[in-house]
Amino acid sequence: MSVDATTVRRIAHLARIAVSDEEVAPLQGELNAILAFVEQLSEVDVDGVEPMTSVTPMAMKKRADVVTDGGHARDIVFNAPETEDHYFLVPKVVE
Amino acid sequence: MTHLNELTLAEARDGLKAGDFSATELVKAHLSAIEAARGLNAYLLETPERALQMAGVADAKIASGEARPLEGLPLGVKDLFCTHGVATTAGSKILEGFQPHYESAVTHNLWRDGAVMLGKLNLDEFAMGSSNETSAYGDVVSPWRRAGSDTKLVPGGSSGGSAAAVAAHLCLGATATDTGGSIRQPAAFTGTVGIKPTYGRCSRWGTVAYASSLDQAGPIARTVRDCAILLGSMAGADSRDTTCADLPVPDFEAAVARGVKGLTIGIPKEYRVEGMSAEIQALWDKGAAMLKDAGATIREISLPHTRYALPAYYIVAPAEASSNLARYDGVRYGLRVPGKDIAGMYENTRAAGFGREVKRRIMIGTYVLSAGYYDAYYVRAQKIRTLIKRDFEEAYASGIDAILTPATPSAAFGIGEKGSGDPVEMYLQDVFTITVNMAGLPGISVPAGLDAQGLPLGLQLIGRPFDEETLFAAAQVIETAAGRTKLPAAWWA
Amino acid sequence: MTAPVNPKKLIKGGLHDWEVVIGMEIHAQVTSRSKLFSGASTEFGAEPNDHVSLVDAAMPGMLPVINEECVAQAVRTGLGLKARINHRSVFDRKNYFYPDLPQGYQISQFKDPIVGEGEVLVDLADGESITVGIERLHLEQDAGKSLHDQNPTQSFVDLNRSGVALMEIVSRPDLRSSEEARAYVTKLRTILRYLGTCDGDMEKGSLRADVNVSVRKPGDPLGTRCEIKNVNSIRFIGQAIEVEARRQIAIIEDGGTISQETRLFDPARAETRSMRSKEEAHDYRYFPDPDLLPLEFDQAYVDALAEGLPELPDAKKARLMSEYGLDSYSANVMIADRAFSDFYERVLKGPDGKLTTVAPKRDAKIAANWVINEFFGRLNKDGLDLSQAPVEPEQLGAILDLLGENVISGKIAKELFDIVWSEGGDPREIVKSRSMNQVNDTDAIEAAVDEIIAKNPDKVQQAKEKPTLLGWFVGQTMKATGGKANPAAVNALLKAKLGIE
Ligand SMILES: [Mg+2]
Ligand SMILES: [Zn+2]
Repeated sequence: MSVDATTVRRIAHLARIAVSDEEVAPLQGELNAILAFVEQLSEVDVDGVEPMTSVTPMAMKKRADVVTDGGHARDIVFNAPETEDHYFLVPKVVE
Repeated sequence: MTHLNELTLAEARDGLKAGDFSATELVKAHLSAIEAARGLNAYLLETPERALQMAGVADAKIASGEARPLEGLPLGVKDLFCTHGVATTAGSKILEGFQPHYESAVTHNLWRDGAVMLGKLNLDEFAMGSSNETSAYGDVVSPWRRAGSDTKLVPGGSSGGSAAAVAAHLCLGATATDTGGSIRQPAAFTGTVGIKPTYGRCSRWGTVAYASSLDQAGPIARTVRDCAILLGSMAGADSRDTTCADLPVPDFEAAVARGVKGLTIGIPKEYRVEGMSAEIQALWDKGAAMLKDAGATIREISLPHTRYALPAYYIVAPAEASSNLARYDGVRYGLRVPGKDIAGMYENTRAAGFGREVKRRIMIGTYVLSAGYYDAYYVRAQKIRTLIKRDFEEAYASGIDAILTPATPSAAFGIGEKGSGDPVEMYLQDVFTITVNMAGLPGISVPAGLDAQGLPLGLQLIGRPFDEETLFAAAQVIETAAGRTKLPAAWWA
Repeated sequence: MTAPVNPKKLIKGGLHDWEVVIGMEIHAQVTSRSKLFSGASTEFGAEPNDHVSLVDAAMPGMLPVINEECVAQAVRTGLGLKARINHRSVFDRKNYFYPDLPQGYQISQFKDPIVGEGEVLVDLADGESITVGIERLHLEQDAGKSLHDQNPTQSFVDLNRSGVALMEIVSRPDLRSSEEARAYVTKLRTILRYLGTCDGDMEKGSLRADVNVSVRKPGDPLGTRCEIKNVNSIRFIGQAIEVEARRQIAIIEDGGTISQETRLFDPARAETRSMRSKEEAHDYRYFPDPDLLPLEFDQAYVDALAEGLPELPDAKKARLMSEYGLDSYSANVMIADRAFSDFYERVLKGPDGKLTTVAPKRDAKIAANWVINEFFGRLNKDGLDLSQAPVEPEQLGAILDLLGENVISGKIAKELFDIVWSEGGDPREIVKSRSMNQVNDTDAIEAAVDEIIAKNPDKVQQAKEKPTLLGWFVGQTMKATGGKANPAAVNALLKAKLGIE
């Protein structure tokens, strides 16, 4: 499988990465090189094989239902580019 | 006389204990070495005040007889580990100015045990790279040079800053991370020792994620023993990481002297890849002979799905990365570049904040997860991962204790030499190391000799899950037999 | 889907009748102290970003750890929906960019949910009942909140809700009218409240519905559906379905076609409108969250949770009907809220849950009538919640005892209830101190009767020919005794004296 320029733009938009017109062709080439490389996986017989979900067999750890965190809004927004009254600010979102 | 920064970590520990020098003196020796080595670009951020302050505490602890296991030992920290109040960039512009209000589990453990932080080490952006050329803050230059050449070489990646700093005596040891070979390949390139422990041995809490199911922290140091000491501190259960094993941490240092008598070492025939250089083949044979001489049995084994590990990795890792890196959106931390609306802000921020390799992997990952391709790519790759892991399980079930392979297909290459046109050329660097991540196993890289141009080469040992002890024992045998690599003189100073 | 078409439920179009087909995805906030994957509080109404952990804010390197109580709550809910509990489920990432989704993905369950197929029995007002199929229930994180009105160019983001556990309960398209849909949500909410797994508070957003609506001519295959997002009251669910169905019918009857889309219900204008921002084709790129292992448990875990479940509405209804002889309507009223039937049973049985031994067994049907008509009626009239009621079940029980012992008449009992309601107190004491007790003394009653007979000879004469005049005599006697005479005794005496049979 290989990607065309339209697909490159579609993926870039899905990934929220702006790409200029000049970037599309090189990206397309690189992505297709990678896709060509991984193509060899199609020769492996994977019938009846379970896809890996966890590399180490163990039970998932769980937390008790207690409040152990919160109460530090100032820290939470400390690194934010734009804030007001401990809110994060973003360009207006229209519904 | 040896400069204090040229001691091994174990020697420095013993010297501090014996009162031969103070932690402050030890730190100062490192700080001046770091200052002189800025040309290598190994450190992204030096934290001398903090280092001296921590050394002062260490000296007091030593004086009062309360020394902790790593008391006063100065270390470098890969800038993928979040450090409280100290800028953390992951080698990316997108995290410019980010100051975590928390400390990663791994570095927390080190400071708990008395170690001293010298600063944050350069790396490939978000740990994506094999040469430390993808860092937004410039390439790391290896302290090594080819005989008679001043061509700048790469230290390997993604823990290139860690490996270079350890090799150049800019710290006694360093934290590193390994998703596809990022500890073992730079260790091999720089004549240092690096271990990627079993997935789940170290907590991932507070370490910037690249590919969650593959990422694992580990140390790079100048000797096998030093690595064992450091891993003993870095590892351990953590209730904040569901994938971190609830297992006690063994006495790794004690395992170093165990030897390999009675062990069976597997030599996987599939690692004899097409076009492997005679030099690498000879190194591999030499390593097998060293282990055999020390009492191990050598047996050829088969790991039939080896060749699919690298392509499967380049589906699984980018897929996870595309999702893990979605949080860098200019809202809560890091870079923000305005746009005409919210989507524009996202797109501009991420276009400006991520480098080329990172964008490439995010896009591949986005593609392989997208509707219509998910089963053909991602699910298939995860099935192949099951097969890769099964290969290892069968080998271990047949009585193999550890597996010996080359660490890299070649010695270090020059900066700018590889991967500019075809990204796959660079990806092939990890052909020997990546299977280990795919199967979640521990792997250690240990220097075993020099190539014809005088550059270090490493061998890799792969162990059973949570059996790092055998790796330390076997790696020590190789280190002893091959002799410790003589690190380069400080041409940069 | 294959249920026979009920002509009563069809909507009249301009050209012919239409059947509306409805399926729902309910997002129910799990009752828990802390969030699904972090230790931050779930409490409503905190200062902005105050109930936020590093995990909820998606700080680099932060990892989710699951809250065991949320898992238990999902299993309890599954049991309450008579659903299949999956011993192995998987958390997936649903990837999309939105400012109130800090990770850039929502942790949800896509392929392997914790709960599989189940069903909900729904009673409708006309006595009919329907079974609504549940397709699945899965656990997922809630998103944060964006405020759009603070500033002309910027939205304000608060992550307090980010990471709160939700159960998404997906029904099959088994509903055929807005009434059925409302009844379904009401019933589901009742079940959740009984279980204590969701408080069902729609005003606080603890329960939100995505409503899928399509229309078709009876017998036709399913039409194209539109999803009305986030409807947050049961009334609005009904309205949204009505207006959306009519909108679709109008389009189709005009020769148009319905395009599948996401819509928003605007209660002020009573219309649904397209959410253009969500129009963009979505590609959520689901894949198993590599930070979380599969969620696995055994049957013993499920059994232990099943053991701890309270009696659920359907079982309770059946029991109220068989044990106390209640009719379906009364039983439905009682089970609508766990507290209603608890009150009723305390009236019947006393606070220790045992049948009262003080008085003769209280009559269950009379008690039900009193609870429903007098007590709930009064609550309604005063706009009070059960928890605010000024009358305790023990007090109402005492009134019923006085009635059953013939100490007071039904009429006096209502007066007594009013007194207890507004003034409080022990009903038995009140009856005594205010001499409200019924006159059972035949001599006293006889005296009153004799006096009336003596004063009204003409009426006595008439009554012999027209026995219905007895009522007049009864009324006079009651009046003379201040309403306290035992009516049965009055009746018997009068009949004897007047010679009426
Ligand atoms: Mg939905
Ligand atoms: Zn949902």
